[in-house]
Amino acid sequence: MSAPSANIPASIGGVPAPDEVVRAVEVHKFFGKLEVLKGVSLTVRRGEVVVIIGPSGSGKTTFVRCLNHLEKIESGRIFVNGHLIGYRERGGRLVEDRERNIARQRREIGMVFQRFNLFHHKTALGNIVEAPIHVLGVPEREAVAIGRDLLARVGLSDKADVYPAQLSGGQQQRVAIARALAMKPSLMLFDEPTSALDPEMIGEVLEVMQELAHAGMTMIVVSHEMGFAREVADRVVMMDDGKIVEEGTPDQLFQRPTHKRTQAFLSKIL
Amino acid sequence: MSFDWPFFWHYLLRPSAAYLNGLMLTLVLSVAAQALGTSLGLFAALGRMSRMAPLQYTIRGYIWIMRGTPLLVQIVFIYTGLAAGGIFRFEDISLGILTIPGNVQAGLVALSLNEAAYMAEIIRAGITSVDSGQTEAAKSLGMTYGLLMRRIVLPQAARFVIPPLGNEFNAMLKNTTLVSVIGVPELLLTTETLTSATFRVFELYSVVALYYLTLTTVWGIIQNRIESRFSEPATPAAVTPGFGERFFGSAIFSAVRKKA
Repeated sequence: MSAPSANIPASIGGVPAPDEVVRAVEVHKFFGKLEVLKGVSLTVRRGEVVVIIGPSGSGKTTFVRCLNHLEKIESGRIFVNGHLIGYRERGGRLVEDRERNIARQRREIGMVFQRFNLFHHKTALGNIVEAPIHVLGVPEREAVAIGRDLLARVGLSDKADVYPAQLSGGQQQRVAIARALAMKPSLMLFDEPTSALDPEMIGEVLEVMQELAHAGMTMIVVSHEMGFAREVADRVVMMDDGKIVEEGTPDQLFQRPTHKRTQAFLSKIL
Repeated sequence: MSFDWPFFWHYLLRPSAAYLNGLMLTLVLSVAAQALGTSLGLFAALGRMSRMAPLQYTIRGYIWIMRGTPLLVQIVFIYTGLAAGGIFRFEDISLGILTIPGNVQAGLVALSLNEAAYMAEIIRAGITSVDSGQTEAAKSLGMTYGLLMRRIVLPQAARFVIPPLGNEFNAMLKNTTLVSVIGVPELLLTTETLTSATFRVFELYSVVALYYLTLTTVWGIIQNRIESRFSEPATPAAVTPGFGERFFGSAIFSAVRKKA
């Protein structure tokens, strides 16, 4: 890919910083008549870990799904590594990009889902090597070597040939993280990665995510894990009713929340 | 009651060469029409689910007509009707030593086109049964529609498609009798020919019924074996990699591969 941020028109949001991975500008999104994102703007720099919190229905999951165009947007712009995601501009209007181009953009953006979504008909290793081989054209032997390394990294070396149905939720989610990492993404999105897990399995997944953050991965995490946010996040973003109401360092947001909604939300969950 | 037992046993256990040829033709037609119908049905299913409205409505219309008119009418229409209307005439095709008569081609075409409509609905149901999270995960990894269909969705849809596919083939074995009306010498027409020479309708139709019963019974046993391999969702036995591809052979998977 070309130099970061090269394609962002100066007219939108000013001059981008060179180490910017994500720039979302005034993103609006409707489900039918319901406006679920009401002008969300967010910038994430390389290596930053941003945790998005907020009550359910606040639009945080929808926003993250817009970042790799799993959801369409009605207006605004989303840039990842300087490339407009999902759309082309034609005379100031957004026109949805061709499927092939969107697929190409998604290669750089890893995503981890609440419900894991491992491919049921593939083994743990099979899940990991699938996209490198068939999307990137990595030779099978090389992909398998990378896949085994990643399994070791998430602590599941002994589960290479096991099918998802025989793995615990925590193990499935770790495989899912390894699967996303196999594409060597420059950005990782986590959509409530521990919400579907039994309490005793949350730790093992957060540990992997923490290790990933320390390794310098740029991450956007939708999560209710305040401990994780406090320890790992560079920035915490509070969303409510389709808008970002407050953002800041974990200390600022958790100790001295300025917005009423943040205070109310935190008092409920802390 | 007059039933000539020696005659019955003779034709049941020592079928003539013509009778065996008829049996062979029934089998070949059934397998070929099911394979073609399944392949066409796959494309019809994908077209039916397409976001391109003209394609979607064309396929809908096709399914509507093929499921809404009798197969017997379709067979006569395609072979005799089209020729009489001066639109298309099925000519014999010679492939070296093997000649495929026009009426056999027409029979195969009619059976396949009809089957495609039913398979389209079955495959569509199978595809929609696959959890949408699978598609989203595949998309998030940069897969295009063709790739994610071929690698992720269709192999999992196969589990839902295989039981009804087995029932379709059972029906197909019996539906091939309908092409006897355009003179295709499959098992039933061979029986009719024998009947007109011997007038032993009771005995010969008992024989032919037993032949069909044997075919469908043997298929039933095979079908059970296949289904038991696919019955448990997402366990290794049910999803042995490559089994779906081996089962369908060239019919589904290579057809998609070529397209992708």
